[in-house]
Amino acid sequence: MPEKKIRVLIAKPGLDGHDRGAKVIARALRDAGMEVIYTGLRQTPEMIASAAVQEDVDVIGLSILSGAHNTICPQLMNLLREKGMGDVTVLVGGIIPEADLAVLKKAGIAEIFLPGTSTQDIVAFIQKRHPQQA
Amino acid sequence: MAEQDKGVTQTVAASEVSSAHRTPSAQERAWEENTLRPTLEKSPERLPEFTTISGYPIRRLYTPADLSGFDADRDLGFPGEPPYTRGIHSTMHRTRLWTMRQFAGFGTAEDTNQRFRYLLGQGQTGLSTAFDLPTLMGYDSDHALAEGEVGKCGVAISSLADMEVLFDKIPLADVTTSMTINSPAAIIWAMYLAVAEKQGADWKKISGTIQNDILKEYIAQKEYIYPPEPSMRLVIDTFEFGVKNTPKFNTISISGYHIREAGSTAIQELAFTLRDGMEYVEYALRRGLKVDEFGPQLSFFFNAHSDFFEEIAKYRAARRIWHKAMVERYGAKSARSWALRFHTQTAGCSLTAQQPYNNVVRTAIQALAAVLGGTQSLHTNSLDEAWALPTEFAATIALRTQQIIAHETGVTNTVDPLGGSYFVETLTNEIERAAWDYIHKIDAMGGMVAAIERSYPQREIAEASYRYQMAVDHKEKIMVGVNDYVADEKPLEILQIDETVAHRQAERLAKLRAERSKDEVARRLGALRKAAEGKDNLMPYLYDAVKAYATLGEICDAMREVFGTYEEVAIT
Repeated sequence: MPEKKIRVLIAKPGLDGHDRGAKVIARALRDAGMEVIYTGLRQTPEMIASAAVQEDVDVIGLSILSGAHNTICPQLMNLLREKGMGDVTVLVGGIIPEADLAVLKKAGIAEIFLPGTSTQDIVAFIQKRHPQQA
Repeated sequence: MAEQDKGVTQTVAASEVSSAHRTPSAQERAWEENTLRPTLEKSPERLPEFTTISGYPIRRLYTPADLSGFDADRDLGFPGEPPYTRGIHSTMHRTRLWTMRQFAGFGTAEDTNQRFRYLLGQGQTGLSTAFDLPTLMGYDSDHALAEGEVGKCGVAISSLADMEVLFDKIPLADVTTSMTINSPAAIIWAMYLAVAEKQGADWKKISGTIQNDILKEYIAQKEYIYPPEPSMRLVIDTFEFGVKNTPKFNTISISGYHIREAGSTAIQELAFTLRDGMEYVEYALRRGLKVDEFGPQLSFFFNAHSDFFEEIAKYRAARRIWHKAMVERYGAKSARSWALRFHTQTAGCSLTAQQPYNNVVRTAIQALAAVLGGTQSLHTNSLDEAWALPTEFAATIALRTQQIIAHETGVTNTVDPLGGSYFVETLTNEIERAAWDYIHKIDAMGGMVAAIERSYPQREIAEASYRYQMAVDHKEKIMVGVNDYVADEKPLEILQIDETVAHRQAERLAKLRAERSKDEVARRLGALRKAAEGKDNLMPYLYDAVKAYATLGEICDAMREVFGTYEEVAIT
């Protein structure tokens, strides 16, 4: 029986339109054999949580460069818990000041990937967390 | 033996690159045989192929054989004369240094006004305004979608009242100001003009730039509000208004910067930007404007990335292409329309979060390329920008970097010091040719708006950015401190944006809405809506609305009702 592929939602929350990182990651994860859904731009936490439920994803990757992470991430995590998706792996990539890393982790973000992270490291991180599907 | 084979094969491979037309001299052939070959046999080169950061192949050595058919008088000319390869002024930086224009903006208008006055006090010669995302997207600071974003990426401006604070005690008659604003550019410009009027500055004399380049928003930065046609109408409205009222103001800054940041190659940046420029010219001509009236008010904005010579060749090729296009495609007769003037910003995407002090070095080298390429103004990035907006400390080093290049290095002593270099001239020629290939391809699609609608430039850029990321991931391209020379380090001190900014903005907006004349605002927004349905130039209506303290969000909404909004087809 073929293993179920890891399903990943790549989302771009907030008003920012700089989507280079989101698109590169989407493609890299797809090339690594994952099922990737890209939401497109300007997604509210509600839209992202709904898409996560609808697509029944294992992982959500948020690309945030605008400084709005401290607002967006806790909101999304609460919504996911309300929708019974509290166990989905939520990752953040982008411009995140060092002091905020702990805040985001506390909110339930599994990992934060800063500029310069190789796509291989992100692939490896996801595969390690979802070994049954790798 | 295997090593030797590699070396020999390599000679053939490298000389095949872009050299089909080369006819090396007898001396060059002798050098290859007698000097080069034994060297390669003994120790092969470090890489099988050398490429620019954009992946463009670079030969081992450039010689007169690369420039056969090159005519210095025709292809280079003299500075200040067509085809402007060597620069748009005859004396370039000997007479006037470039404008040192640091992009700044954060928090409230008060916060940014203070940073502006600090930078002017430090010897900066022009202003450049960064707006926050709600402003860029045409939402007031108290809009639901603005939550968490107010004052974060730039300054929050929701009405003329904010703009008055932003330029408080800054004489707009004397300082030139650049404003990085696109979809709502006409509105923000109307606010700026209203402040200038209030200060008693003569519109005919004030100078500055609004970015106002909506095409690159669809292509790269994605801060669009309306669909392409009404957006283009607003752009041409500002051209028309500018020709009549503000002859010294650049009504657009046609921008490659963001295209490059989105991951394009240097050639794509050049080609898409110049083809965008041609699209604006064509729309303006269709409006009935005269090319030599609006042409001199078009300005450009390029990235300065890390590949030194590729960047310099790009700026030189840009001037040559624009001159040719303005003369041959649009029949421009005025030298002021022919000369491509540009601002440069060093590459934000080249900055690393790792070992951030190294970014000072990167920025210095990139800035040097911009200066050698003949820029008219320059922004140098701060070392901490892969973490946050810059601190005053970091922003000061960035400005000092420009001052050191200007006053200590001697590179400003002569015009176009690299002119005549076999390598630089060849690369300029090749980059120009490759850019024209793209331009012709986009012509064949029916122009840039049509190309954007079929996601052509978007796809080309996504492809290039993925290729680059793979090259970095596989260490084919080295980024110091990122995929090699990695080290442990201490965290930087960075700028924290005051979380009370949104509150203060919301309070100010509530007060504004209570104090202004509701009827007047409603009347002027109604007039704007009606005009948007017709064909009038919208600038006077926007100016009227702004003067009555209608907010940015209200004005954008009035036009949203008429124009609708744009959603892109997301490609990955």
